[in-house]
Amino acid sequence: MTTVLVLTALAIFVTMALALVRALKGPSVYDRIVAVNVIGTKTVLVVALITAISGNDDLIDVALVYALINFIAVVTVLKLSRMRDLAAAGEGDITDG
Amino acid sequence: MRYLFSLAILLTVLWLGISGVYKPPLFVLGGCSVVFVVWLSRRMDVVGVEHNPVLYSWRLPVYWLWLLWQIVKSNIDVARAALSPDKLVRPRVVKVPMKLGSAVGKVTYANSVTLTPGTVTLLLEEDHLEVHALLESSAASLESGEMERKIAWLENHK
Amino acid sequence: MVETMLAVISGIFLLTGGIFGILGGIGLLRFPDFYSRLHAAGITDTLCAFLIIIGLVIQAGLALVSIKLMLILIFMVFTAPTASHALARAGLAAGDDPATLESEPMEIAPLGSRGEPPSNS
Repeated sequence: MTTVLVLTALAIFVTMALALVRALKGPSVYDRIVAVNVIGTKTVLVVALITAISGNDDLIDVALVYALINFIAVVTVLKLSRMRDLAAAGEGDITDG
Repeated sequence: MRYLFSLAILLTVLWLGISGVYKPPLFVLGGCSVVFVVWLSRRMDVVGVEHNPVLYSWRLPVYWLWLLWQIVKSNIDVARAALSPDKLVRPRVVKVPMKLGSAVGKVTYANSVTLTPGTVTLLLEEDHLEVHALLESSAASLESGEMERKIAWLENHK
Repeated sequence: MVETMLAVISGIFLLTGGIFGILGGIGLLRFPDFYSRLHAAGITDTLCAFLIIIGLVIQAGLALVSIKLMLILIFMVFTAPTASHALARAGLAAGDDPATLESEPMEIAPLGSRGEPPSNS
């Protein structure tokens, strides 16, 4: 069973590597943010897999918190890259619509 | 008020689910955090009609299973497109008319469309959605309006 | 007997999830423009995550870990479309035109790209 878990973790590492290539190539800043978002959600899965591999159940809390932080981080980075200022609001605000 | 009560029950279940340590001092702490969060949500005025527990009828799990099936199907389509993008990828923007009345229904529709790979909601308006569709098949399944009918069915349980 | 069955089923779920993850990564690299790449990211956020977490839940059985895994799954289901929509809106606000079929999107973002290192592609 451990072999299957390790293989799955390796597959996710391959996915992260592909996303990293996209993050390096760009071309626009939003392509990079998509790639970083993918790497973030895959990190959650890798931590969950490591929990199962190591048998240390407390690690699952790390995955839970990472899932929460990753989402907020992506939205924050989007807003920051768009507005250059987290306090700004109004026209062109990505939260409208 | 009723919504705050159901929120408190939900938070208690959540706390019991993720705490894992069941000792009296921690129960006190958990109770305090539940009361604090409920007080905060009342103060922030974020609990509204969309938290009505009546919304969660038996049709919701049925809808989720149907949505899961749609997600699996469109995932396979998009994964096939990833292997031969030149032949299959036809990105376009589709305007989808929408008859759903309630705000919750509209948001459910837009979210379900975005959750299925192959379609991403770009804009949610009063009577239509603007959707970016990746493949012929994803655009076709949107235009058939099946998902909208399912959500109308989900809402009309009273 | 039941144990082996469950182990086999969860193994199939996990490996299929891994394969879908790799396919999503390939799509992320090969799709022509920014909006198409959002769909590739969608594969890795939905089916890949579902299959792997359900595989882990089958393995863990009835335990606190399973509840937390299901919470992660529910949370991902609610945040993945929000993040995709926010990304699409940000692309729109930056002036990326989704209706065109260009092989490489132009770097139009007037605010977003300021302070970026020059494109190396």
